[in-house]
Amino acid sequence: MLFFIEKLGGLSLALLQEMGRMMNFILYSFYTIVRAPGKPFALFKQLHFIGAKSFFVIFLTAAFTGMVLGLQGYYTLLKFGSEGMLGSVVALSLIRELGPVLSALMVTGRAGSAITAEIGIMRITEQIDALESMALEPFKYLMSPRILSALIALPLLCSIFDLVGIFGGYVIGVKLLGVNPGAYFHEMQKSVEWKDIWIGFVKSISFGLIISWICCYKGYYTGHGAEGVSKATTSAVVMSSVLILIWDYFLTSVLL
Amino acid sequence: MIRLVKLNKAFGSQKVINNLDLDIPTGAITAIIGPSGEGKSVLIKLMIGLLKPDSGQILVDGEDITVMRRDQLNRLREKFGMLFQNSALFDSMTVYENVSFPLEEKTRLSSNEIRERVHEALEHVGLKGVDDKFPDQLSGGMKKRVALARALLLNPEIILFDEPTTGLDPIISRAINGLIRKTHERFGFTAVIVTHEVPEIFELCDYAAMLYKGKILMSGTPGEFLNSKDPLIGQFVKGELDGPLQFS
Repeated sequence: MLFFIEKLGGLSLALLQEMGRMMNFILYSFYTIVRAPGKPFALFKQLHFIGAKSFFVIFLTAAFTGMVLGLQGYYTLLKFGSEGMLGSVVALSLIRELGPVLSALMVTGRAGSAITAEIGIMRITEQIDALESMALEPFKYLMSPRILSALIALPLLCSIFDLVGIFGGYVIGVKLLGVNPGAYFHEMQKSVEWKDIWIGFVKSISFGLIISWICCYKGYYTGHGAEGVSKATTSAVVMSSVLILIWDYFLTSVLL
Repeated sequence: MIRLVKLNKAFGSQKVINNLDLDIPTGAITAIIGPSGEGKSVLIKLMIGLLKPDSGQILVDGEDITVMRRDQLNRLREKFGMLFQNSALFDSMTVYENVSFPLEEKTRLSSNEIRERVHEALEHVGLKGVDDKFPDQLSGGMKKRVALARALLLNPEIILFDEPTTGLDPIISRAINGLIRKTHERFGFTAVIVTHEVPEIFELCDYAAMLYKGKILMSGTPGEFLNSKDPLIGQFVKGELDGPLQFS
């Protein structure tokens, strides 16, 4: 029994320590962003990597998500004779939930894992130590541009996701299944409010923070050797994805 | 002067540095020698604040770096240059970008002045025409030289060398040691070299200190090491298998 309590205590302390370290990490990152934001080129480079290079995967995911919503929504609404509401169903699902969540999950898989691997390799090959030894702040060169870029890129990618998804739903619902195009857009216009767009924006910006925070943190505190980097990368992707889903639930329950 | 006072550092239950005292004289080349895995690299990282000791003091020109805030430590680090064991060049940058990086970030020099300084530093370490190469296109010895050029560029008062010749062939090793001597004579910095390559290092250093079981076993001139009657030091300096040094 004593052994069990001892183990539980040890685990709780380790968890608290990790949480404290993570909080310090993000607070120091923001302090660095405000105090020494770094060169614009570094920011544009990361914006290109996290944002522009994610465009294709976001486009593809959004198109098929919208198309599936169009199909499922049509046959469900048909049972109630209200297939004219399809535009509203597709748009609200995408803007409030699927757009921010799916675009964040896609960015986590594509860019988040790469961020952790890159910073992790810099850590194990002493490149981060080299920066520090030159009296240069690693947070300024590595964390600030990535965190800022994710905060800018995620809402933009999410809006692209929403637009493409709505168009995907339109192609299936209107062009394939014969829903009236006027009804599709009219119902959408009637039901989507600024509040819904605001909810989507808040979600996507906070998911951008989660992705860049977790992925930078895991890379910065990576373990030893190639195995350490591989574990850090896996853990960053899993942790970011799970946190995105949990945070999404909390935000939805608070903002609705 | 760098002064280490009653320094302790452990990783988990493994005590690496144990109540260690050491003085590094200004302007000289001091070698810290000892068997592999004795914490020499840990010691050098403690000196520049890359690792934090569990207790004790690290005094650099009288200032204790163990109690410094991050910004204070960064100011003090401007006195330092460091050459890492695996060179630690930025692998996404070319040789030119690697060497010019500290100048671009820490000075207001024009790009022409930076180019001039970078080429001067590269020429000084015997490298020409490698500006556009990436670190993975260079040999081990060339990487060390690029790293040395980068470390020298801001004219540091103290340069820390972590195993500068490990993994290099004897000729390149001798060339790197010669380069360290030549640059030391020219710039007059304080050099701390961590190495297990004895007796070769005695040709280069002014003083040596042997680290064993977390403590400084002996410090003195190379001559004193070579004439030491201590069986442990004698065994290590001569590289003999039999003796009090245990290999696990």
